[in-house]
Amino acid sequence: MKKVLFIEDESALQKTFGDILKQERYEMISALDGETGLRLAKTQKPDLILLDLILPRVNGFEVLKKLKEDKETKDIPVIVLTNLEGIGDVDKAIELGATTYLVKAQYSLEEVVQKIKQALGE
Amino acid sequence: MNLKEIINQLNIFAQCKKFGLPLWQCPHFLFLVMGIIIIGSTLLTYAIGSRYVEDPLMVALSVLMITGILFIIAVIITRSFERLAEANRMKSEFISVVSHQLRSPLSNLKWAMELLMSGRLGKIEEKQTEYFKILKENSARMGELVSDLLIVSRIETAKLPLKKQEFALDDLINNLIKEFEPFAKASNVEIKFRPEKNLPRVLADPSQIRLVIENLLDNAVRYVKEKGEVEIGLEQKKNNFYFEIRDTGVGIPREDQKYIFQKFFRSENILRYQTQGSGLGLYISKAIVERSGGKIGFKSEERKGSTFWFTLPIK
Repeated sequence: MKKVLFIEDESALQKTFGDILKQERYEMISALDGETGLRLAKTQKPDLILLDLILPRVNGFEVLKKLKEDKETKDIPVIVLTNLEGIGDVDKAIELGATTYLVKAQYSLEEVVQKIKQALGE
Repeated sequence: MNLKEIINQLNIFAQCKKFGLPLWQCPHFLFLVMGIIIIGSTLLTYAIGSRYVEDPLMVALSVLMITGILFIIAVIITRSFERLAEANRMKSEFISVVSHQLRSPLSNLKWAMELLMSGRLGKIEEKQTEYFKILKENSARMGELVSDLLIVSRIETAKLPLKKQEFALDDLINNLIKEFEPFAKASNVEIKFRPEKNLPRVLADPSQIRLVIENLLDNAVRYVKEKGEVEIGLEQKKNNFYFEIRDTGVGIPREDQKYIFQKFFRSENILRYQTQGSGLGLYISKAIVERSGGKIGFKSEERKGSTFWFTLPIK
């Protein structure tokens, strides 16, 4: 079973994705802040990371940068899932190594699930 | 400007109250004070000059003193303009922060609802589906309003990126019409599109131009009462694309026409039977068309319909 790490401080979203990913037969690991996210990425070795950008403790950009700097985590694909879409946010995240950038307001749940499957090569 | 507006403009106290500024920080009032001082000082200088003409030092000193006072007032006026500009910036900032904050709970709602509606968590009764639909439509409406507000705040703070690329405008329009088909059908409106053949590609930001046409198309369909048609034309006029959308809708009353591109403005006749809508669509459309180097305008007659048009430079 493939593992997805979801770094997101909104517990409502953690629950929704927890349920839908379980149905899709993925194991989901939750991190409610950037620091926990980074730790779990190293110890759990997920196949994919879903990352919000506005996070407590360590913000999403910082998390992304550290993930890509670390030899152990740099090859894990990262889907950024956020409501930030200002000038430069998208470019910055892609430059730092994000695989896909999704603005929450623009995608339906099914579409996000499809993107997750794609990123996992399914 | 009619007489009533001129009198309103002259009512300095009301003007200052409108901006929420105390009198001594209000440009209108300060300009009045400065005017009075200038007139007074001219007369005073004349009086002093005619009396002490044998002592030029006295005249020079009094002129110097009055200039000093005027200078101080000018500084205060500049400061008050700064305060106005600052208030405006704070307002845009406020809109931006609020709409960002609203977006998170809205996406939580949207996705939780989609999960419930998908039937993945259990079968849904037909009666429940109706209510889920109401929830979904209303959260979508809120989402659109918040998106509009975000775009407005980006336009006002000059933070809306313009990502130009070449694309076929007629394809974009055809796709949009397809998306609008169910809404048009439900409103008894027929959409016709007749583009000129062999049009060149346009160089603009496709997502923004899409937003403009979406707004115009939505208005055209929405404000057709009972039954009607919407006709879209696209042609090349010299070095410009010329887009036109004509509807047989309720039209815009003459007295409202000059306000139609203003932020949050909604015409009286529309409010009578159609209360939805933020009044931001045309404001956003105008800003986008002008940023893209084009022009936008309309012709309209109440009860007969409206024709909106815009141009875009070909390259």
